[in-house]
Amino acid sequence: MSVANRPERPLSPHLQVYRLPMLAILSILHRATGIALSVGGLYLATWVMYAASNPRAYALFQSFNVSIAGRIVLGGWLFSAFFHLFNGIRHLFWDAGYGFEIKDAERSGWIVVAAALVATAASWAVGLRLM
Amino acid sequence: MSDTRTPLSRARGLGSAKEGVHHWWMQRVTAIALIPLVVWFAISLVMLSGADYAVARAWIGSPLVMVLLTLTIVVGLYHGQLGLQVVWEDYTDGALRVFMIVFTKFIAVLFGLGAVLAIMRIGFGG
Repeated sequence: MSVANRPERPLSPHLQVYRLPMLAILSILHRATGIALSVGGLYLATWVMYAASNPRAYALFQSFNVSIAGRIVLGGWLFSAFFHLFNGIRHLFWDAGYGFEIKDAERSGWIVVAAALVATAASWAVGLRLM
Repeated sequence: MSDTRTPLSRARGLGSAKEGVHHWWMQRVTAIALIPLVVWFAISLVMLSGADYAVARAWIGSPLVMVLLTLTIVVGLYHGQLGLQVVWEDYTDGALRVFMIVFTKFIAVLFGLGAVLAIMRIGFGG
């Protein structure tokens, strides 16, 4: 069979030239934030252990946290936590059998992204206020 | 294709790995538990982001925080190692897969126990 006469068949996505759909990006982001939060969880456990040690060691540990880099990490942790949390709720709805239509999944995806951004800003604002 | 499983095996529903949906179910149960814990913890974290030694210890050692922080860390690390297990299962195989899964679980227990004992040490004084 010549190339021209070959019947049209669906091609699998070629990752180097394929623009990932929004749903795929969110799926990857869920796993990426999950991995980041696991590492972040170890870091938070370390923070508690430093608080149980001596003031000097704790101060050294905290000096990174109050730096610009530390603030960026905190912001990244908050966004990761809220994105993973809201997207996790989206997963729970899927587990229960709701929201599988592509249109619904895209809409819930955008809601998750918006909610994560709002919650990140809100928790930062509330946290600073309670400080 | 005919089903070669015995009726007893089907009734038990535990599959070839002998744990059935336990991993999947625990991931969901811990996820639900983490919803309120993470919201509380996120706000607390911003609040304490610049806290000095005395402030951090006073917060960690207060009765309600001791309970919630222990839950957040233990349930969070448990949920995390469940997820990381799936990541290793997806991207590695053979001996490396077994090693990384066991290593991940050991690290989770090590840091979890370390944090819990630290919280108790701060709360109960020592």
